[in-house]
Amino acid sequence: MEKQVILNEVELQLTLNRLCYQLIEKHDAFENTVLIGLQPRGIYVLERLIGQLEKILNKKIVCGNLDITFHRDDFRRREIPLIPSITNIDFIIENKNVVLIDDVLFTGRTIRSGLDALLAFGRPNKVELLTLIDRRFRRDLPIQSDYVGKRVDTLISERVSVEWTEYEGKDQVILYTKNNENE
Amino acid sequence: MNSLSVKHLVGIRDLTKEDINTIFTTADSFKQVINRPIKKVPSLRDITIANLFFENSTRTRLSFELAQKRLSADVINFSASSSSVKKGETLLDTVNNILSMKVDMVVMRHPNPGAAMYLSKKIDAKIINAGDGTHEHPTQALLDAYSIREKLGSVKGKKVVIVGDILHSRVALSNIYCLQKLGAEVMVCGPATLIPKHINELGVLVSHNLKEALEWCDVANMLRIQLERQNELGYFPSIREYAMSFGLNKQLLDSLSKEIIVMHPGPINRGVEITSDVADSNQSIILQQVENGVAIRMAAIYLLASDIGR
Repeated sequence: MEKQVILNEVELQLTLNRLCYQLIEKHDAFENTVLIGLQPRGIYVLERLIGQLEKILNKKIVCGNLDITFHRDDFRRREIPLIPSITNIDFIIENKNVVLIDDVLFTGRTIRSGLDALLAFGRPNKVELLTLIDRRFRRDLPIQSDYVGKRVDTLISERVSVEWTEYEGKDQVILYTKNNENE
Repeated sequence: MNSLSVKHLVGIRDLTKEDINTIFTTADSFKQVINRPIKKVPSLRDITIANLFFENSTRTRLSFELAQKRLSADVINFSASSSSVKKGETLLDTVNNILSMKVDMVVMRHPNPGAAMYLSKKIDAKIINAGDGTHEHPTQALLDAYSIREKLGSVKGKKVVIVGDILHSRVALSNIYCLQKLGAEVMVCGPATLIPKHINELGVLVSHNLKEALEWCDVANMLRIQLERQNELGYFPSIREYAMSFGLNKQLLDSLSKEIIVMHPGPINRGVEITSDVADSNQSIILQQVENGVAIRMAAIYLLASDIGR
């Protein structure tokens, strides 16, 4: 496995900052907007964004975590069953503006499941998508981000990993490339 | 935490501790789902499940059916009283006929011990045992242990007494296996005629004194006295005498030195194994057991269904 840093700690922080201001530009004071992180790893992006947004705006922003396991389209097509994570959305999203948040946008299938899972909580006024990394040209479904941290061109065999100080020891985004086919 | 180590859910005896914990973790998520405004997920959209009930049941059948529908599975129901079983068809023939209609999973209750095991060896579909005679009733034991875990935080190290007709009870046997695998201590309590002779080989304590057993335990699981089996064979002199010696009433409950949790798998004979004021008291978690039953069954079905057709 070859490792290549796409975003280092400083760059990642800058990107998160920019995304915060883009969200504020669009949603003003977040009066009718809620942020929802997708389990398992979108919630880490959400945590960071919420931390910064609350500092900038000096108010609490409504947010929640959404687990999409039971809405996936690859159930029974995987070797091991998917064990779900926790959903905690203690509000109804009826007529709210929702921003779905995930770390990496790849095939778009997770987001499709997320949209499906979201409807169990009401009919939102509008849904937008924020992803930290967009692996473009790799979509299986017609889904695009409204807010993008960084766009990268990747091969299917490659893997993009968003890592956080709290969980992996360091804030960074890494592209893993297989050295050869036999590995 | 991965898939289950078994292909069918025939009995708790075949499960590992990890299996049980996987089912519990999955049930936590399903419990969230069934408390939402929209209580349904599309996971099992392309799965068909047959509920075969060769013996009467209300709670278990409804609970299974609800669990299946909340997972978006297609469900067909069958009960022996209104079917060709009355015309002499064998179990294997009945089931094979149903399976040729392309059914992926079978939930079965049958009066003969071992019926689920027999079927799991003969046919292709997934089997979930919903009670086979006096043998096992795995989903009931899972939901009982899950309810204890929910109420007390964990099952490990807890003391559970199972009171009543241990001899005829599949709930008792499955509960003993399940609780022991999770690290609980188990005692059985009842009249000597209703306790199997060699039960202590399972590593359980035996008591014939209800007060003593209740003082020892954290949780009391009061089994139903199966009136249909008692009258003819005379395991105890009379219902009234049973209720006096082994029935749980408010006075007895209040006389204990600590607050215990009271469970009952239903259906309750009010005034026999448990009085109304106990069943409806805040120490009883009987209705939580029923709610958890749906979540546990969703988890078991979901996990077993994950390798259908692969």
